[in-house]
Amino acid sequence: MDDTSAAYWRATLGLLVKVMVIWFVVSFGAGILFAPALNAISLGGYPLGFWFAHQGSIYVFVVLIFWYAKKMGDIDRQFDVHED
Amino acid sequence: MDLQTTIYLVVGASFALYIGIAIWARAGSTSEFYVAGGGVPPVMNGMATAADWMSAASFISMAGLIANMGYGGGLFLMGWTGGYVLLACLLAPYLRKFGKFTVPQFIGDRFYSKTASTVAVICLLTASITYIIGQMTGVGVAFSRFLGVSSETGIYVGMGIVFMYAVFGGMKGITYTQVAQYIVLILAYTVPAIFISLQLTGNPLPQLGLGSDMVGSDVSLLTKLDQVVTELGFGKYTTTTAGSTLNMFVYTMSLMIGTAGLPHVIMRFFTVPKVSDARISAGWALVFIAILYTTAPAVAAMAKMNLIRTVNPGIVMQNASPYNPESQIQYEARPDWMKRWEKTGLLKFEDKNGDGRIQYYNDKSKSEEFNAKATEAGWKGNELTVNADIMVLANPEIALLPNWVIALVAAGGLAAALSTAAGLLMAISAAVSHDLIKGVFMPDISEKGELMAGKIAMAVAIVISGWLGLNPPGFAAGTVALAFGIAASSLFPAIMMGIFSKKMNKEGAVAGMLAGLVVTLIYVFAHKGIFFIKGTEFVDLIGGANSFFGITPEAFGAIGALVNFGVAFVVDKVTKEPPEHIQHLVESVRVPRGAKAVDGAHAH
Repeated sequence: MDDTSAAYWRATLGLLVKVMVIWFVVSFGAGILFAPALNAISLGGYPLGFWFAHQGSIYVFVVLIFWYAKKMGDIDRQFDVHED
Repeated sequence: MDLQTTIYLVVGASFALYIGIAIWARAGSTSEFYVAGGGVPPVMNGMATAADWMSAASFISMAGLIANMGYGGGLFLMGWTGGYVLLACLLAPYLRKFGKFTVPQFIGDRFYSKTASTVAVICLLTASITYIIGQMTGVGVAFSRFLGVSSETGIYVGMGIVFMYAVFGGMKGITYTQVAQYIVLILAYTVPAIFISLQLTGNPLPQLGLGSDMVGSDVSLLTKLDQVVTELGFGKYTTTTAGSTLNMFVYTMSLMIGTAGLPHVIMRFFTVPKVSDARISAGWALVFIAILYTTAPAVAAMAKMNLIRTVNPGIVMQNASPYNPESQIQYEARPDWMKRWEKTGLLKFEDKNGDGRIQYYNDKSKSEEFNAKATEAGWKGNELTVNADIMVLANPEIALLPNWVIALVAAGGLAAALSTAAGLLMAISAAVSHDLIKGVFMPDISEKGELMAGKIAMAVAIVISGWLGLNPPGFAAGTVALAFGIAASSLFPAIMMGIFSKKMNKEGAVAGMLAGLVVTLIYVFAHKGIFFIKGTEFVDLIGGANSFFGITPEAFGAIGALVNFGVAFVVDKVTKEPPEHIQHLVESVRVPRGAKAVDGAHAH
């Protein structure tokens, strides 16, 4: 592997780690492990932990994918490996 | 117009629409049959993926299960959406760059071995057929209500329709039909939810309604629900977890990685024009899925509330005591929707204490206080059995919504079940005809012969799954969860290692897939019967039900995946490295530039 593609792959993995951390924190973290604690806080009529499990994590997932797609596009162009 | 006529009309019109589109977009060559020529734009592909994805399990079954499980049901919501994050970032773009159009093809090429692709076909078939059993259960529920027959007859009718439907179209027909099906099913899901949310909370958005106060009071809907379910001996709605925190954790994980490993979903991302489109497509798919998935918890809670309001009049709105005889409706005075569902055999009443009233409560409650009150009130056990799979379809009837809404929901349920069954059958037919027969046994089979083999494979799959669907291993969503566990434990790790590890070799991948699949199947079959055949359970041999740290068979896929990764890693260390050209192949897959249109059908 030459230097550019090694650097490109490093940048990609760096982004993936960020995405995975957020993915884990909102679902397994806020929605499951810390849900009992978060339920003490309420969001409208929702206990917060319950909200993350039944609503919040899904909203975050959607935003997360579009954010990833944009960042990944930036990385592709930065290393000049994009299509077209 | 009476209800039954309205249902026939609306369902008939929706079917005419799908068939019309299928004829208009009829597939010609093999590659068109499977992948629609690689020219489907991301938003359309996202919508079709959403329809493909949201099956009878999501539409018909899931909210009913959440209604029973409460907070713990969130594992379905997080599990079946979170997988898309994995799919979008870890798999879809790389598989698209790879440029083949089935999962076994990727595994066979990446691990330079026909054994690997054959093992992948076995994993794929096991997961897909289990998945279709769940669909058939759902189809049976939808057709039994739609035609007013028993759920068995419903399954037979469903088998026939699914078969005609899948054999007729092919992927291109399916892609455009699925866009239409998405629109029908999402309207069918959200319209009644909006009505019901307005009725109960005055807020038209179900997502906000679930967090609002009940109409004419300052008590929030969830607080009220917590109160009434507790009064009936059930666990608190907003905190009851699924088994244990550990079980909920691994269950959610299984569904997520299963999502990313399910071949019929992955196949969709082979059909987009570019690698960057594969990333965005997954995002669009999730947008369209999220519309249903954020509505589902509201449907669940509100359906539970409305069911209790029907059976126990007064306890929700007037705070009457549930133990008063007046708070339990008389069987003779039950609403029409109950009579309609009794015909399907999915809703049953048994007057255990002979008072002519319906007592609906949790007779397995562990609360001494509640049990004492129930005994004092003369209750002799729960008398109303409501199959969780009917909750969504019955929901608009329970809320006394107009006939056209009820008809729309029936059409939506059928759309959901048919679209997914069709997508799965495509994956099965591609795996058998292309990867197994053409790839391994008869390399010089003609294109026509290949198509025919694919159609026969579909027919066999429908018969097997319909037969097993008559005695399903669980509710539709539970059975589908088993399928996810199988995909999670077998295919997901192999694909991941194929992309992210240059050094993973064929011995490691094959051993890993087999180990993951076998260990998961043993655990599942021990609970649910060998090949899901009733009476062949061997749960004592593995030390009792849920013997592995209290983990249920539906949740076991994540454990199977760990075994898969572990075995693959060890075997890889003691066998020789993959050849040089494979390592270069992995490097080239990681870079988007140079992606070609999918040509898998003819490249040999």
